[in-house]
Amino acid sequence: MKRLRYTLWIVVGFAAALFGLFAYQLSQPKDDFVESAMVGQPMPAFDLPPAVESRPGLSRADLADGEPKLLNVFASWCIPCAAEAPQLDALERAGANIVAVAIRDRTEDVDRFLAAYGNPFTRIGKDDISEVQLAIGSSGVPETFVIDGNGVITYQHIGDIRADDVPMLLEELRKAGS
Amino acid sequence: MIAEIGLAALWLGAALAVLQLLGGFLGAREQGSELTPLVRPAAMLQALLCAVSFGALVYAFAVTDLSVELVATHSHSMKPLAFKLSGAWANHEGSMLLWITVMALAGGLIALIEHRLPSRMMMATLGAQAFVAVGFYLFILLSSNPFKRLSPVPADGNGLNPLLQDMGVSFHPPTLYIGYVGLSVAFSFAVGALLTRNVTPEFARVMRPWVLGSWIFLTIGIAAGSYWAYYELGWGGWWFWDPVENASLMPWLAATALLHSASVLAARDALRTWTIMLGVIAFSMSMLGTFLVRSGILTSVHAFAVDPERGSFILILLALYIGGALVLFALRASTIAEGERFALFSREGALVVNNVALSSILGIVLLGTLYPLLTEAFDVRVSVGPPYFNPVSAIFFLPMLAILAVGPLLRWRTDSFRRIRLPVIIIAVVTIAVLALVLALTEIGILPLLGLAMSVGIAIASFMPLRGRNILRTPLPIWGMCVAHFGVAVALFGVAADTAFQQERLVAASPGDVIEIGPWEARMTSVSPVAGPNWTAMQGDLLVSYEGGPVRDAHPQARSFWAPQGETSEVALLTRWNGQLYVALGNMADDGRWQLRLWWKPFVTYIWYGGLLIAFGGMLALLGRVIGDVRRRSAELREDRRRADEAELAAS
Repeated sequence: MKRLRYTLWIVVGFAAALFGLFAYQLSQPKDDFVESAMVGQPMPAFDLPPAVESRPGLSRADLADGEPKLLNVFASWCIPCAAEAPQLDALERAGANIVAVAIRDRTEDVDRFLAAYGNPFTRIGKDDISEVQLAIGSSGVPETFVIDGNGVITYQHIGDIRADDVPMLLEELRKAGS
Repeated sequence: MIAEIGLAALWLGAALAVLQLLGGFLGAREQGSELTPLVRPAAMLQALLCAVSFGALVYAFAVTDLSVELVATHSHSMKPLAFKLSGAWANHEGSMLLWITVMALAGGLIALIEHRLPSRMMMATLGAQAFVAVGFYLFILLSSNPFKRLSPVPADGNGLNPLLQDMGVSFHPPTLYIGYVGLSVAFSFAVGALLTRNVTPEFARVMRPWVLGSWIFLTIGIAAGSYWAYYELGWGGWWFWDPVENASLMPWLAATALLHSASVLAARDALRTWTIMLGVIAFSMSMLGTFLVRSGILTSVHAFAVDPERGSFILILLALYIGGALVLFALRASTIAEGERFALFSREGALVVNNVALSSILGIVLLGTLYPLLTEAFDVRVSVGPPYFNPVSAIFFLPMLAILAVGPLLRWRTDSFRRIRLPVIIIAVVTIAVLALVLALTEIGILPLLGLAMSVGIAIASFMPLRGRNILRTPLPIWGMCVAHFGVAVALFGVAADTAFQQERLVAASPGDVIEIGPWEARMTSVSPVAGPNWTAMQGDLLVSYEGGPVRDAHPQARSFWAPQGETSEVALLTRWNGQLYVALGNMADDGRWQLRLWWKPFVTYIWYGGLLIAFGGMLALLGRVIGDVRRRSAELREDRRRADEAELAAS
């Protein structure tokens, strides 16, 4: 009976600890952002044909040439992608090498898009079945990845790039280069 | 006006609950109290007032009274009437009102009909019931008033989340709530028994129908919820180990254990402390479930309104009731005299093993559900899913099933293996034969393999207790046990067969394409727009046939609702006796082809048939107990009359 009573106080203590945990978690601000599991992973092997005639396509080898790059996942039918075009231009002017993957797109549409919003990209791969998009853990457009010189993903930015994201992305790019 | 009546009734109910609380606890003392005669009427009147209040809310939803904020934010004048009504409880405030209403009805009912227990214990029980109720009244009235008015009155409401516009959802929450709240009665009885040191077989007999009743509702609620997730979410799965699903499973596990241990206490006066403990735990799990769902502390597919303030309120209630009950239990447990002893090899022994296994599974589910919350406190994010839950719970589930097959054959107190050797050998031989057969014919995983074999073994074993009995004179509770255990076998068979043999295909199809999946052949004929009362949809038209048999239609839809906006997938289900074809329509690809997802799920329906059989077994048992109770009461009444007559005769 004595032993039983001690066991029961352990149960009480367990419940108290649980309530404490709940109280602590309730008081914490809720942050539903989940960091990508692909950060720190090398890019998967892929070789995409060019999306437009004016730029070459994109493969894994292009991303492991020693120079850190920004990889922009976009589509001509995506409105936020048009909205982030000035920020991509700003990044290019600041010296970033930006490559792109066009998702489920047609050549003439991409041409029209680039003519309207500018073309900051050095290479554009055409991904008709979201093959590369899914492989690098991107679930929508636009998304922008920072890739270091060895082809390893060091940062993922989800959604369009706002004006105040530009310095942060440049900083991530600088870190990827060192 | 109606809304004000509802609110006034709720305040009056709260006042009566305070009276019941004071009267109950004062009346539980040795010397009694003047308030004692008021306690039972207070409980009954409260039930009436809560019913009025809940009726007022349903009325406000039925007529779409947009001056009530809750109606404006959750309903819409164009919604079908059935969904307007279910809108009354498909939201936080309404569901809390439903909770307190069910609780008041249960409290009123015990006050009205329960006269078997000593008066002091009854008072303590009703006091505990009121203690729990007062907290919930305060919660509703102070932080979640469902009758709050809105000014200015909007032109129309926001509507109901399209996922919830479904008949399944209309009945799923009330069913679960009745189950949850029914366990509050078991909790109150346990606290009453502890306070008045009255842990007797009589107590177990009085508590048992309540546990049985709420267990039936929980079983149906879980089965219905699982089927809803299966056909409404369009993912083809029927159990996701989602925190909210676990929140309904944990009270069920505890209630199942409680049901079995209460039987031991009622029949043999053993397992006293354990039964009380489970009574406390079962309701704790209900409250914990409510807390997890309502506070939004865990991320879940059931994205209810996230509100830390409400979460804090429920947490305080949780700490007060559960913490209080556990402390009371720890203080009093040593004063509960040890019950009758029994040998390990006996009916009681088997039930103890069952209880330990159920409690272990409960612990596993609890740990898995709360683990992400614990690691998050240390900034590590994890998600716990089937790879943990399935194998770890199977470790305890499989031995429990083995005991389930043999336990009912044993006698109370002590038994010998010699007596039950024949049936055990039959069960074992059948199980091993099925195991060998499946192993020879197919290549499936170890868990589905064991599941298939054991389901057949248990199906036979479940009716073994009827051996040597007169079928017509077998008491209903025994039938109930056999049917419920058979239900376990049926559900297990469905789970194992679906896991082992389901086939899935994801295709991009254009009209005219033929898709083969398992024994089915499906031809897509067209995709066309259709419209409903508050949605439009793209509907796929498919002609399907099973092994070249007669052609049937399948119409999966991708629906778009406009008030509020949202999209759901209405899957097409073609049910045969041996399984279901499950067709979901996805998006259109650029080239005019449509994404189609098809599953052939052999025997998947047996999961829910099994669940319903389990609930039906519970109903048989409950009916048997109630009939027995009524008979006993009328016999007592006759006896009283006879004695009165004799006394009169002797006096004259």
